[in-house]
Amino acid sequence: MSEAAYDRVKLARSSNRPTGLDYIKNIFRGFIEFHGDRRYADDPAIVGGIASLNGSPVTVIAIEKGHTAKERTLRNFGAPNPEGYRKALRLMKQAEKFGRPIICFIDTSGAYCGIGAEERGQGQAIAENLTEMSTLCVPVISVLIGEGGSGGALALAVADRVWMLQNAVYSVISPEGCASILWKDAAKAQTAAESLKLTAEDAKSLGVIERILSEKDIGQKEFYDRIRTLLIREIDVLTNDLDLVGHRYDRFRNIGVSAVIKE
Amino acid sequence: MALMNFLKPKNKLEEGGRTSAPVQRDAGEPEKSCPNCRKDIPLSRLWANDLVCSCGYHFRMKARNRIRMIADKGSFHELYSGIKADNPLNFPGYKDKIETVRSASGEQEAVVCGTATLGGQKCCLFVMESYFMMGSMGSAVGEKITSLFEYAVQYRLPVIGFTVSGGARMQEGLLSLMQMAKTSAAVRLHSDAGLLYIAVLTDPTTGGVTASFAMEADIILAEPGATVGFAGARVIEQTTKKSLPDGFQKSEFVLEHGFVDSIVSRRDQKRYLAELLKMHGGRAV
Ligand SMILES: [Zn+2]
Repeated sequence: MSEAAYDRVKLARSSNRPTGLDYIKNIFRGFIEFHGDRRYADDPAIVGGIASLNGSPVTVIAIEKGHTAKERTLRNFGAPNPEGYRKALRLMKQAEKFGRPIICFIDTSGAYCGIGAEERGQGQAIAENLTEMSTLCVPVISVLIGEGGSGGALALAVADRVWMLQNAVYSVISPEGCASILWKDAAKAQTAAESLKLTAEDAKSLGVIERILSEKDIGQKEFYDRIRTLLIREIDVLTNDLDLVGHRYDRFRNIGVSAVIKE
Repeated sequence: MALMNFLKPKNKLEEGGRTSAPVQRDAGEPEKSCPNCRKDIPLSRLWANDLVCSCGYHFRMKARNRIRMIADKGSFHELYSGIKADNPLNFPGYKDKIETVRSASGEQEAVVCGTATLGGQKCCLFVMESYFMMGSMGSAVGEKITSLFEYAVQYRLPVIGFTVSGGARMQEGLLSLMQMAKTSAAVRLHSDAGLLYIAVLTDPTTGGVTASFAMEADIILAEPGATVGFAGARVIEQTTKKSLPDGFQKSEFVLEHGFVDSIVSRRDQKRYLAELLKMHGGRAV
């Protein structure tokens, strides 16, 4: 049993999986990439811009890990710096201004743990995304396609709908990190993976995500077509929601309420 | 009193050793060693100085002691004291751990919430507890803080929050992570209602709390020498294979990089906070 959860972690991390840019290129048409946070730099770990979905403009943002060794180094292995989150927020505010739905693809082991990242306010950058996303008045759908590593993933997932690929994982801490802190033994990562309840099925039963996406034909046309159809349908539903921000508030407000004792 | 006056560090011990409650030293009185200046300080003198050493080092302070220090005498009314962690994921060892922590700390959870007056002005107050799993945020902490911000919106009150946290409580997995989004949305609701939120970051404020409500206040203050950051120093060293600069992630470093408004010594905090409340339209109750 404990191997099953950790196997999912390995699958989610596999470099054979489609990355953020693969989803953008295959689901949307005419992607135009925009760079930079207008404050410090452009973070290659996060890709963003506008594209066309079913003939309508949308804003798309993806954490990109890269495929080859060279690409992965360039993309910092999908570990964003503060400027990545600030670029994403800039593009989300732009989407709000022009009334475009926002679609995020998430795949990160976590926000980058670096000296510069701390100097430039990694915590503040993530925090600002959380508050700002909570009141965006356009539909937001976030899809976890691989690793959903803690606050670095959540910073793009304060959404109306959060979906996960069948073998994606979403966790507050890596199983290795959890095992080394709690049991001083990184080798207990399997037990940690099981205990953390980080699989798509777990996330759904905890009320953290709405939908699990099948990985049948992953990377093939049929796979992307299926996701496109779901996105189009869901954006239509969300666009007609007259209390989108209120419902988004309730969505997160209710998480964990039944997980506490009230005396 | 002008706010500028607070910027000068005041330390009554250095001004001739007189404190608001003069203390005599008993022979054989228990002492505590200061990790900064290495002097042994009699406990009674340390307490008379709100657990601040004459060198300026701030010892950790329990949430309820801090409330006694900050709130007007007898003004604190606790809210949500019955909300506490369960074991939603059946995480191994969590139930035992939390029972042990409860009996050792005397607290049910890692945050104490309520209303109080400061210099006669009413506010909502939350103080995190370092002696309860190092202030880790699980579902109960998230629920209590969210409820407090919602209460503050309903009664149009400012919120003052003292943070101390090692981050999210991993024994509650994703549910802990989601508390970052939940509390952040409540902070935003409160902010959009035009209400004031002041955070005071104390040692240590890290991880998911830094990446949510600690960094979302209108005015962010920090205690001297507090560790404030997102990632743990050891993790950063391991990731980057670089040695960390002097004073890395200390509140002075965070001030220099523009992420806090001011560093306020513990002994000045009450007057400083009362002054800020007054300048934001606080009225005596
Ligand atoms: Zn000292």
